[in-house]
Amino acid sequence: MTGDIIRPYGDTTGDGRIQVSFTLPVPFGTATERARAEGAAMQLAAKMGLQPAMVVHAKGMGPDYTFFIVYGRVSHLVDLSEVTVTEREFPLLSSAEVNLRIRAGLGRKLVVVGACIGTDAHTVGIDAILNVKGHSGEKGLEYYREIRVVNLGSQVAVPDLVARAKAEDADAVLVSQVVTQRDAHISNASEMAAAFDAATSDFGARGRPLLVVGGPRFDPAMAAQLGVDKIFGKGTTPGEVASYLAYALAPEVPEEVEAGVPA
Amino acid sequence: MQTRLNLDPVVVGMARTLAAKAGQPIVEMAKTHTTVSVERAVLRLAGLQGADPDGMPWVNRLTDAVRDATGLEHGVALPAWDALIAGGYDDLASLAEAAALGKVAFRIPAGPDAAAARAAASIALARGIGRIDANRHQRQRMIEQTSDPRKPWIYLIVATGDIYEDIPQAQAAAREGADIIAVIRSTGQSLLDYVPEGATREGFAGTYATQENFRLMRAALDETSRELGRYVRLTNYASGLCMPEIASLAGLERLDMMLNDCMYGIIFRDINPRRTFIDQRFSRQIHARAGIIINTGEDNYLTTADAVDAAHTVVVSQLMNEFFGKEAGLADGQLGLGHAFEINPAVPDSFLLELAHAQLVRELFPDAPLKYMPPTKHMTGNVFAGYLLDAFFNLCGVMTDQSILLIGMMTEGIHTPFLSDRDLALENVRYVREAAGRLGESFVPAPGGFIEQRAKHVLAESIGLLRRINDDGLLNAIADGTFGITKRPADGGRGLEGVISRADGYFNPASEILETGNGAERGDSAQVVPGSLEGAA
Repeated sequence: MTGDIIRPYGDTTGDGRIQVSFTLPVPFGTATERARAEGAAMQLAAKMGLQPAMVVHAKGMGPDYTFFIVYGRVSHLVDLSEVTVTEREFPLLSSAEVNLRIRAGLGRKLVVVGACIGTDAHTVGIDAILNVKGHSGEKGLEYYREIRVVNLGSQVAVPDLVARAKAEDADAVLVSQVVTQRDAHISNASEMAAAFDAATSDFGARGRPLLVVGGPRFDPAMAAQLGVDKIFGKGTTPGEVASYLAYALAPEVPEEVEAGVPA
Repeated sequence: MQTRLNLDPVVVGMARTLAAKAGQPIVEMAKTHTTVSVERAVLRLAGLQGADPDGMPWVNRLTDAVRDATGLEHGVALPAWDALIAGGYDDLASLAEAAALGKVAFRIPAGPDAAAARAAASIALARGIGRIDANRHQRQRMIEQTSDPRKPWIYLIVATGDIYEDIPQAQAAAREGADIIAVIRSTGQSLLDYVPEGATREGFAGTYATQENFRLMRAALDETSRELGRYVRLTNYASGLCMPEIASLAGLERLDMMLNDCMYGIIFRDINPRRTFIDQRFSRQIHARAGIIINTGEDNYLTTADAVDAAHTVVVSQLMNEFFGKEAGLADGQLGLGHAFEINPAVPDSFLLELAHAQLVRELFPDAPLKYMPPTKHMTGNVFAGYLLDAFFNLCGVMTDQSILLIGMMTEGIHTPFLSDRDLALENVRYVREAAGRLGESFVPAPGGFIEQRAKHVLAESIGLLRRINDDGLLNAIADGTFGITKRPADGGRGLEGVISRADGYFNPASEILETGNGAERGDSAQVVPGSLEGAA
């Protein structure tokens, strides 16, 4: 189907024109160096499928590097029929949307208890998710008006975590594990899940809190095996965690309320 | 500096008086308490370096051992130097090693033994603080031999996690025009209750602040300063649980500026408020002595709250930072009060509002080297629009005589800057500085016009907030969520267990030197004394 085959659009349908910028580790001093640098940029452009290409800007940055801006026509075609979209099971929401969903769906603040369990003293992961400071330009869960965060810090014993989750009436428990010697992250997470399951009856009608673990070495596909509800791997941002919590804990609300919330 | 906003000096004076009144009880609290980090800083200033085989610094091991034996109510110095003399140890490191093995019986000495311990500790601290003084002189000599760049100083960040990668990047940035290099710390270092040791090559989105990393970077920038004939300043972070120790290391290794805010750790890192204020006072005394310019973190409030609605919280925090800073001995020229260009560009007249806020801060603190921070919150990933926004930020900076411009990156929030991002950012600021550097002298907002009215409105809101803080007490105001949006109770957060009430006879040989200003020609350190509020209707 020809409608599925497209090219980039510069100023005419099908012209395939794009712009890229990049730096090469080449000097841009003498006339010879400049010619060689531009040649290098043209070679890269050609290998990227830019044909013809034009180096519209080249500038030396210090003695060893050159910055280029290149315009050209890409030879590649895009086949829309081959585009697959992998959807996460939950929608990514802005902080305002998360707050609204919790307010509308839960009618009270969502309580999160966070900790590093076992001997792990590396709170960098849990703090990046929980502290207002956050990371990657996203504020942590403390920033969300409708989330109440109890951060227990490092080296929390599992029974203490269970007791505190109960005392705080936690909706979710977030555990981060950085240290992974002898797969400690796996055994710690399993132990935690088992302890919560064993204590389920103590948690009343709501049941045990949602169990969420995170850390750079976890495989997100292992949640069921570990007995937890969700695993977040490397590079997770606070916004993803907040969106997931809202999705998993705050019941759906009518669409007109959910949509159209300014960020 | 000409005034452009016709601020009423009585109103400005009232704001300062209210800030002083709110801060004074905190100062009293800081004067009657110490912390584990203050005590460890004393040991660092006395030259104790190194760590045990697990990487735990000897200052921690020794302080913990003393605390277990005698408590720290009298300070670490008395029991430590008493044991040093009694045990005939070569130095503090040998004492710390023995103490870690449980081989030292610490006590609070009395009579002649106490006098001997005091004398020995005072000599050791005089030597350490002498090194800070020598560094201050060395900085001055370096500036005379090279040159002091004109303001606004251009502030650039490097942060690879590896000090040996940071060094060439910092040198390259200096060659491209950076006047100040800031090495961002590893995420979460502020929550470590110890300072890592040695040169480090791994960090999370930043490089650990260690004494050796400080030394390596300062040496490299000295080389580059000589090459360029321009003194390149080095910045790091005296914040978090080890604020006093990092301040001390900065003084010992001749760093030039340190991020050091009175409330940042409390609000954004959930560090205990008392711990923060006590640590802060000592760290600022060190900074004052070392000739270090502090940078405060008011820009952070605007990343969590709306930059228009919360503009007055910035001013209030600046006034508090000024009060606490001056009380600790910092001169006006050392108060790098922070603020930021963070108004949503979709707001009508956003640039006028930015000008009003920036000019207000300039006029409230005419002698402070203000640090102006670029947009981050409304940098969207559209790098082209971001580049334009950064140019407006630079323009606002030169129009309102800001002193330190942190250079905005068009790829803010996308990745740590590419070499080319940094180069383009410097091209941006160079253009604005060359094209409009003298625009400030012709910038006269219309009397009674939008900019003047907005500035006066923010100042009035600041006074309202300061009054509420005074009614509640600062610690209660923080507990109630007045700053940022988080509630931070005075007995919550991390590090409270490291706060110790001073006993009668508390001895801190560093504070004794720092508070008397002994042997230093100090700058203007006028004390701000809370005045009468009569007439402040």
